[in-house]
Amino acid sequence: MTAAEAGFRRRLFLRKATAVGFALLCILATSLGIAALALLLVDITREGVGRVSWDFINSFPSRKPEQAGIKAALWGTIWMMGLTASFAIPIGVGAAVYLEEYAPRNWLTRVIQTNIANLAGVPSIVYGILGLALFVRAMSLERSVLAGSLTMALLVLPIVIIASQEALRAVPNSVREAAYAVGASRWQVVSRQVLPAAFPGILTGIILALSRAIGETAPLIMIGALLFVPFTPSGPLDRFTVLPMQIFNWTSRPQPEFRENAAAGIIVLLIVLLTMNATAVILRNRFQARARQ
Amino acid sequence: MMHEQLADIVAERFVTRPPELQIDLTPGLQREETILETRGLSVWYGGFQALRDISLAVPGRRITAIIGPSGCGKSTLIRCFNRMNDLIPGFRVEGELLFEGRNIYGRGIDPVDVRRRIGMVFQKPNPFPKSVYENVAFGARVNGYVGKLSEIVERALRRAALWDEVKDKLRQNALALSGGQQQRLCIARALAIEPEVILMDEPCSALDPVATLKIEDLMRELAERYAIVIVTHNMQQAARVADYSAVMMMAEDRAGEMIEFGPTRQVFTTPKEKRTEDYITGRFG
Amino acid sequence: MGVTDIEAVGPASRIRPRGPLEARLRHGREAAIHGVLFLCAFVSIFTTLAIIATLLEETIGFFGEVSIIDFLTDTKWIPGLGGGPGGLEPHFGILPLLSGTLLVAAGAAVVALPVGLLTAIFLSEYAPEWLRGIVKPILEVLAGIPTVVLGFFALTFVSEDIIKVLFPETKIFNAASAAIVVGIMIIPMVSSLSEDAMSAVPRSLREGAYALGATKLEVALRVVVPAALSGIVASFILAISRAIGETMIVTLAAGATPNLTWNPLDSIQTMTAYIVQVSLGETAQGSLGFRTIFAVGMTLFVMTLTLNVISQYLLHRFREVYE
Repeated sequence: MTAAEAGFRRRLFLRKATAVGFALLCILATSLGIAALALLLVDITREGVGRVSWDFINSFPSRKPEQAGIKAALWGTIWMMGLTASFAIPIGVGAAVYLEEYAPRNWLTRVIQTNIANLAGVPSIVYGILGLALFVRAMSLERSVLAGSLTMALLVLPIVIIASQEALRAVPNSVREAAYAVGASRWQVVSRQVLPAAFPGILTGIILALSRAIGETAPLIMIGALLFVPFTPSGPLDRFTVLPMQIFNWTSRPQPEFRENAAAGIIVLLIVLLTMNATAVILRNRFQARARQ
Repeated sequence: MMHEQLADIVAERFVTRPPELQIDLTPGLQREETILETRGLSVWYGGFQALRDISLAVPGRRITAIIGPSGCGKSTLIRCFNRMNDLIPGFRVEGELLFEGRNIYGRGIDPVDVRRRIGMVFQKPNPFPKSVYENVAFGARVNGYVGKLSEIVERALRRAALWDEVKDKLRQNALALSGGQQQRLCIARALAIEPEVILMDEPCSALDPVATLKIEDLMRELAERYAIVIVTHNMQQAARVADYSAVMMMAEDRAGEMIEFGPTRQVFTTPKEKRTEDYITGRFG
Repeated sequence: MGVTDIEAVGPASRIRPRGPLEARLRHGREAAIHGVLFLCAFVSIFTTLAIIATLLEETIGFFGEVSIIDFLTDTKWIPGLGGGPGGLEPHFGILPLLSGTLLVAAGAAVVALPVGLLTAIFLSEYAPEWLRGIVKPILEVLAGIPTVVLGFFALTFVSEDIIKVLFPETKIFNAASAAIVVGIMIIPMVSSLSEDAMSAVPRSLREGAYALGATKLEVALRVVVPAALSGIVASFILAISRAIGETMIVTLAAGATPNLTWNPLDSIQTMTAYIVQVSLGETAQGSLGFRTIFAVGMTLFVMTLTLNVISQYLLHRFREVYE
């Protein structure tokens, strides 16, 4: 064995050892994120699982922690989701269809596209400030569930648009050509062939957007969703609270019993969210599997 | 929905087709009578000229092949015939393209209407990701139809020689069919809207030899009642099926030009142009 | 098969030709749809304009009463909400809120950037397909955890059970616990965007390096990461922007004391937490205290927007190279 070869072998051993060390470091980093999630879930379950019961779900909040429940918050969340979806879905999908299927390639389209990407990065509390000025005050909707939903719709709109655009882009151009070639008009091509083909992808995006809206707190604090609500909304102009607001309220109180309530509320919220996320993941996997055929 | 029904009723009562456009498919369209004609047709994509000064007359109830080496503008030309190129940004056309004597790029002509009367079959089979039935019915649905939809579907599938193979699986997804079946389904889809011309852009390039022969047989049969224009880079295919052939070449500036047009037999046996002979004998292309 | 049996299909159904009136109706409908869809897309432009107009209007009002020099240089933030206790003189210096915000964002970056990048390298270069299929959805779940839940975790677990155990002198509300949890929050963002960037690096580049006898580490650090650098940096900047705009974690865990400090164990207040504090209180609309929301909100908006624009520019440049 020559000296040079020996040197190479020694260095190779070192290089290989470093490579293994680095791989371990990467694995460690990856497990850190997962461990944090696991810790969080364990911590919250430990603190709150004892309080989760039908009574908890079906009671109004109370000054006595052991009698308090999330009925008002749960109904408020359902109201807000319904209204947010009814604004954000048509406008978001419409905007995506415009950008992918109609828009000419000019400066205005580029401005709109860049703007949507920027809006996706605006802090949610800024949307809250907008909602306060625009919907609560200028449009006199007061601190209603409608004002909250409109604010939330603007907040999730970029998510719906970007996800829908991706889904539309995934529809092969041959489908459009085939439809045009039998004399379909543009809207017929879009509404009868392109949108149905993009539907699973769009649906995934909508679910993810709504799960973002369900968990948001800051904008609703801004527009003045209530912290203590002993009633469920009966119309879009009623005052309201939502699950994250209720959790925030309970967490910021010093008594440990309320903290337990907060953890229980979180468990309910996370179950709702995980169900939505799982649905989105399953839908996407199905969609990808079918697209690969 | 309401709106479409209303439009149907209004149109049926008060509007009749202008007599000069009236064409009764089977008896009216004479063999050899020119149905599509280009006069000095030039095409640009942005600053790039793709076609230069193409003049060509497509006869009715015959098969006309457009052949030439790849990149010579065959597809661009055939996609002009039903204004599919309108969908490409930067597309611009000069010259005339006459269909039954009217310039389809003229003012007031709706490309949607042109495509309804001039059907197209693409290079790769591109059925909609829907059932066989829905694939064929789509054109009839969007164009408004009189009569039973199932009849239109059956007739189109029979004409495309596919009926016997799919009559038991009309509700199945069209993507489950074989490549050759998919392509015949695309032909049926084009036939269902009763076009007067069928454009085929290399319809067999993605198919195996057996499926190719089936499509060629079908084309010969369809030529009994339709004018067919086919783009192909396969000279044997042109020789087998086409009554007329146009040869295209790329000029120095890469714009496509037509260098020869005539009865297929004449183009292949006694070409007027040296370049045609070179191409056909395989000296280049 | 032949022409004859084609005719045997009963009475002919025919496509009815279109008349000019019908064509005009259809054109009208198509144009109307086009217009409606454009309006949908224009809602996004409207949103941006509305945000800017809202913030600008009240911010201008605010600077009518407080000089912009004081706002940017004064080292005290004593807005004197509700009259102020003991007649403290009000101060409107953004620096304490800014330092609180940057302290949390920097702490979060220290946690998230290395962890996120190493995770991305693991996912893109090391993990087999099946493991990616497990890890990526888990990280997506982490990304989907509401911030109020993370705030609860920061306060009741990270602060009480970790920071207070390690540093018993620390107050329950401190910048460190908020920073750590904000960092956890942005890990998925860094890892998924960086991984996208690394996956876009062509295989041929990696194979070229392997063919020269490079180890996996050398390929990852000397070929893939440099090639994907602008995409990775874009993900870092975007994540920091997210950390700056994050509200609930800092509101719950970092405290409510505007404090010009760089000590992470201190109680501080961020810009976002201040905005929340004002809107939870009884500050009268139109008062100077109320207007502070907009001035602080404007500062926040300008900072995050700048970072987002830089990040997008980098991503755009990256895409031009590889797509």
